[in-house]
Amino acid sequence: MTIPAGSLLTAQDLRKVYGPTTALDGAGFSIHPGEVVAVMGPSGSGKSTLLHCLAGIVMPDSGSITYNGREVTAMSDAERSALRRSEFGFVFQFGQLVPELTCVENVALPLRLNGSPRREAERTALAWMERLEVDDLRKKRPGEVSGGQGQRVAVARSLVTNPRVVFADEPTGALDSFNGERVMELLTDAARSANTAVVLVTHEARVAAYSDREVVVRDGKSRDMERVV
Amino acid sequence: MSIGHTLLGLLESGPRHGYDLKRAFDEKFGHDRPLHYGQVYSTMSRLLKHGLVEVDGIEAGDGPERKRYAITEAGITDVARWLATPEKPEPYLQSTLYTKVVLALLTHRDAGDILDNQRSEHLRSMRILTDRKRKGDLADQLICDHALFHLEADLRWLELAAARLDKLREAVTR
Repeated sequence: MTIPAGSLLTAQDLRKVYGPTTALDGAGFSIHPGEVVAVMGPSGSGKSTLLHCLAGIVMPDSGSITYNGREVTAMSDAERSALRRSEFGFVFQFGQLVPELTCVENVALPLRLNGSPRREAERTALAWMERLEVDDLRKKRPGEVSGGQGQRVAVARSLVTNPRVVFADEPTGALDSFNGERVMELLTDAARSANTAVVLVTHEARVAAYSDREVVVRDGKSRDMERVV
Repeated sequence: MSIGHTLLGLLESGPRHGYDLKRAFDEKFGHDRPLHYGQVYSTMSRLLKHGLVEVDGIEAGDGPERKRYAITEAGITDVARWLATPEKPEPYLQSTLYTKVVLALLTHRDAGDILDNQRSEHLRSMRILTDRKRKGDLADQLICDHALFHLEADLRWLELAAARLDKLREAVTR
């Protein structure tokens, strides 16, 4: 696979084996700043493993991942976790908000972990909550808000550090279609206007329709549909 | 659905008489609508004229002569091109898509590629509708949603087909 010029995050020839299972078998990927790319494929095809490798959470057995010109597979654990904290944001299907904290404290958490003072962190957090239309929930705890509201809070948290890349793994999987689409609309609008790239793992076509293009993963191999067809 | 391409695809596994072709077509694709003999012969003479098939032999019998047809290299290229070109997303595509998938399996081509290309074509339409929906008023949103749900139904079928390719391969090549 040739890497398109101007890519922010790329992967080439990734291989990853878990025991007898080959999760990735030569997969590749690339994304530009501000681009939304859907990663699709049947369950068990390797799409979540690809996302975890791209995000530096899981190390591939072989292959190369470069972020902004740096080789991610050559970084130490500490360097990779610093990269995740400062440059990446994450949204998952569920169970991601800390139940003991209020919504605004949840959104401010990545800033606090990066050393921001509380007041400043919560001010920035609230601005993102307004953007995601959930600022009225600031004092509520995750147990007191609906699934759709909680997911918007999680999206606000993923964007609060102004990440260059947001990784979203089935972000609307637990929502009805109306709430799911609203979350996608807000996530992709916010990401595009901040020039943040979004890697979106989904099996839902209506969710993938919010992307700019899709990459299909099948049997651990990836196919970039835009660049193949 | 393109009957010409389907008959060509069926010829890829070996030469057949017109009657055999009709029988193979009806068995695999014509459950509700079997082909008429007239359709088979007019299609074959068109394919012959375009050089996509050739006459492999003629059997003389009591009745009319029976021609045996074989696919040509140009015919094989034509089938490959048809299979690789995604269908325009529109309602009631499933019979064409099903035919393409089955033909790909019968001719040992990658049926997964056909489904990937079709998904991509559908998503292209869905992106346009989604964009229109985001910018439009409520009436626009409802109109786009209707079209999106139909395209999504096609895609659900497509994912189901993709998940069952191995079983389908077993069933059609038996």
